[in-house]
Amino acid sequence: MTATVTKKLMLAFPRCETEKPIIYHLVRDHNLVVNVFRAKVTPEEEGYLVLDVTGTEEEIAAALEYVKTFNVRINFTGKGVVWDEALCTGCGNCVTHCPTGALYIPDRATMAVTFDEEKCIECLACLRVCPYGACTSAF
Amino acid sequence: MKTYAEINAKIESGKAVVLTAEEIIGYVEQKGLDQAADEVDVVTTATFGPMCSSGCVLNFGHSKPKMRFSEAWIEDVRVYTGLGAVDVYLGATELRDKDPANMYPPGEFRYGGGHVMADLVAGKELQLFALSYGTDEYPRRELRTWFSIHDLNQASMVNPRNCYQNYNVAINDSERTIYTYLGVLEPRRRNATYCSAGQLSPLLNDPLYETIGVGTRVWLAGAHGHVYAEGTQHSGTGRRNEHDVPVSGAGTLAITGDMKQMRAKFVRGVSLVGYGTSLGLGIGVPIPILNADVLRRTCIRDRDIQAPVVDYSEAYPQNTGEVIGYVDYEQLKTGRIELEGRTVEVGSLSSYSMALEIAHQLRDEIARGEFLLSEPFARLPVNQPFRPLTVREKSE
Repeated sequence: MTATVTKKLMLAFPRCETEKPIIYHLVRDHNLVVNVFRAKVTPEEEGYLVLDVTGTEEEIAAALEYVKTFNVRINFTGKGVVWDEALCTGCGNCVTHCPTGALYIPDRATMAVTFDEEKCIECLACLRVCPYGACTSAF
Repeated sequence: MKTYAEINAKIESGKAVVLTAEEIIGYVEQKGLDQAADEVDVVTTATFGPMCSSGCVLNFGHSKPKMRFSEAWIEDVRVYTGLGAVDVYLGATELRDKDPANMYPPGEFRYGGGHVMADLVAGKELQLFALSYGTDEYPRRELRTWFSIHDLNQASMVNPRNCYQNYNVAINDSERTIYTYLGVLEPRRRNATYCSAGQLSPLLNDPLYETIGVGTRVWLAGAHGHVYAEGTQHSGTGRRNEHDVPVSGAGTLAITGDMKQMRAKFVRGVSLVGYGTSLGLGIGVPIPILNADVLRRTCIRDRDIQAPVVDYSEAYPQNTGEVIGYVDYEQLKTGRIELEGRTVEVGSLSSYSMALEIAHQLRDEIARGEFLLSEPFARLPVNQPFRPLTVREKSE
């Protein structure tokens, strides 16, 4: 069996593409395991989707080729939540509200806060509790 | 024994020995108190956190024709105009006009006085709108203009209460989430928050106000400011531990400084969901090592400083004075405290990493001879109580 990999993606769909069942085809035609973190259709009917896809490198490459046939912007860093290090003062108010430990304090001697994007499930708890607006959502 | 003059002479010659309140702990452990007291000239302390009782006095200069502001707004945030013609005072917790506040709780409070102060220091262009009833010598009735801090004659931060000596640890004993100036507190003690730099904090390193007093020069967000009075609610009479460190709020400082000299990194607008706006501010205070006693007090460690755990759903709002227990800053900084047999996750509103950065910057400025110490001309009171407000009938 070929080794599988997991990639985090953010897809942005313009208005005309939001009604197409792209995820369904990723699963059925491209054999991917899909884990959706967050999906949203804005009032302007633009769609956003942050997800993990798991499959072989070849399957993922083929799936991305399929996705690119639509008018879709693909962000491979999968950043639906952005942590702005310059705005973060390192107070640590977010840390107890972050359910997965994506925002954490690696060194308790210096107490600086760090963001581990891989662990972020985009629950958006940090957006509300950060006093300095250091965490924002891409959509 | 050293005097302020001797210490300043060493600073000016670039030979002063300066350590942070964190570095001094190991230094004294290694060298012994007496030798260290001979060698060390200054210990630097610092804190960074939301400081609600902050604000600024701004002078706009005169327009043609002249105007005496009777109402004014900066970026739709109301400023106080009950002063001379074009002087205004802006407070950190002032909301923007028509902010829905907590009408649909919890409110977001995206922009207020603290944000205006941060934008001023960052050099941004801001909009002033002012009204007046008009007088013979100040005929103009209305004014709208853009300005930045560079256009102002004075922009003085004037903060009635900064640098609380110690502070509560907030927890929520109720069944619902509460929104406080110490952050969002989950029901049934699911999390706790604190707000102090602990062993780095200025007044915890000078617990009896032996060197920090009225007239002390301080590092205020990069500017050289000073303590202009005891802070509001200053009270030194609360219980103290065996190191003379108060185990609750206690002392405070009233601080002023020139905003034109400040750095934006250390002046930040604060939005606290469900509570309001505030100002995130960084302050450094140097402690002159006049003798071994002063030095010994700067060696205070997080584990020797306790803070009271207070229920912000009942005891705090109802002013009952009830304390659940005491925890020290060493425990708090681990991110977990033990409270009545249960582990509680801990977050903070005070940034220790920023406080460290400020303590280092002040240390380096003093070592380079760029920051001299000033001897206070009045001590902060030690025996002054903190009075509650009694709601009562008119006295006979």
